[in-house]
Amino acid sequence: MADSKDFTAGVESNAKKSPRRIVFITRRTSAQVKAETEDQIQTFPEVLFRAAIAIQVLAIALVWIALVFNAPLEGLADPSHTPNPAKAPWYFLGLQEMLHYFPPVVAGVLVPGLVVMALIVIPYFKVNIEAEGLFLKDRARRLRIFYLIVAALSVFLLFFKVYAAFVPTLIMAAIMLLAAQSSPQSSSAFRRYLAAKPLSYWVMTWFLFELVVLTAIGTFFRGPGWSWVWPWQGS
Amino acid sequence: MAKTVDQYFDDLRATRVWRSVFRSGTGSSTLKRALAIQQNVFLHLFSTKVRSRMLSFSATWYLGTLTLGTFFILVATGIPLMLYYHPSAPQAYADTKDLQFVVSSGMFLRNLHRWSAHCMVFLVFAHMFKVFYRGAYRHPREFNWVIGVILLLMTLLLSYTGYLLPWDQLAYWAITVGSNIASAVPIMGNKIRFLMLGGNAVNANALLRFYVLHCMILPLAAMFFVAIHFWRIRKDGGLYSHASEPATVRAKASPAVTAKEAQ
Repeated sequence: MADSKDFTAGVESNAKKSPRRIVFITRRTSAQVKAETEDQIQTFPEVLFRAAIAIQVLAIALVWIALVFNAPLEGLADPSHTPNPAKAPWYFLGLQEMLHYFPPVVAGVLVPGLVVMALIVIPYFKVNIEAEGLFLKDRARRLRIFYLIVAALSVFLLFFKVYAAFVPTLIMAAIMLLAAQSSPQSSSAFRRYLAAKPLSYWVMTWFLFELVVLTAIGTFFRGPGWSWVWPWQGS
Repeated sequence: MAKTVDQYFDDLRATRVWRSVFRSGTGSSTLKRALAIQQNVFLHLFSTKVRSRMLSFSATWYLGTLTLGTFFILVATGIPLMLYYHPSAPQAYADTKDLQFVVSSGMFLRNLHRWSAHCMVFLVFAHMFKVFYRGAYRHPREFNWVIGVILLLMTLLLSYTGYLLPWDQLAYWAITVGSNIASAVPIMGNKIRFLMLGGNAVNANALLRFYVLHCMILPLAAMFFVAIHFWRIRKDGGLYSHASEPATVRAKASPAVTAKEAQ
């Protein structure tokens, strides 16, 4: 394309109104060269009003909750009296649950550090750009790698007796196997959905599943000495 | 003929005082509506127009908006709470008790602040997963995703520092457990915990540090990053920016749009 011109020239014709003016428009450089044909709406008032209503509904719901449920307040802080169990805020209970299994440097530093690092680098990896189903291409090789990873992860979790993370891993592995047996031509809509899911979807969903399960166990199923209790047993 | 409410509003917006405050002027033409966004110091973070598709509930579930809503509620309830609170031990606990039994609506203020805080942590997580599953972190919006991760960490820190302030058993031991996790960092773990708590255990110094972080440093830092987060949505091309949608995804998500483009 080196020989063709990469600009168009136009001449303003009305010399009475404006001085003679030549315009050069270089292709692919100006911000709006590719005009969008998609329907657009005004931010004000369409979006702002909807946002205001959404926030209003949320505020009403929260006010109602605040009127009905009181925030907990226990006795004065007493360094000499440790409650059993002493629990962190709920969003850290997944971490605290892991501290039960792994040394603090692994559960408290390495894992959360790696999770934050992984979250930050997600968009810089091209794993999900075309969003193709994980097992749709190169199926046999990918299945072999999948088996290897699941086996390694299982051995690791069983070695540390982390059944709370092992069970969700097994469930995810089973769903992924179902995805591997599915294709865009599958008769069930659910299996077509699974077949279309890319690697990043599976990794994130596994992470979300583990996060929810570990947090729920830490919140509802842990009693004195971090022993297993059922929520209905009380403390 | 009697004036309608709209006309009264128009008259109000035409007054000299109103015009001196709001730069965009009166009228509801497309230009004026665009100016209402563009000429406003806060609203100019947003684009003047957005794609219609982003209005549907399923596009965002309004999670980002709702997170901002909880932040507003937390600021609005947090400021009056500060008026009744001394960040010193054990006065802090007595103040919290007073909020419950002495201050008018003190219990309600504290309840609303606490439940909104939990709600905000939940919404930030939900927002992050929603953005991930929509693939909305793709180029050119990578950096806004990173800002989002920073905001997630800030939200956790805001909630965590606020957790200590009632100075009750629940607060004290939750922060003790949390700060012990920090001490597990190799080599400088104990130093980090010392810096965080102002001592080797949770004490009055820790309460003061957490108070300053909770009421000053972290909210200001969060506002700074929220502003960048919003501004980048506009600069990166907005929701459903074509560059961030692979053709296969767009074809699936919006057959009508792709069909129109093909013409």
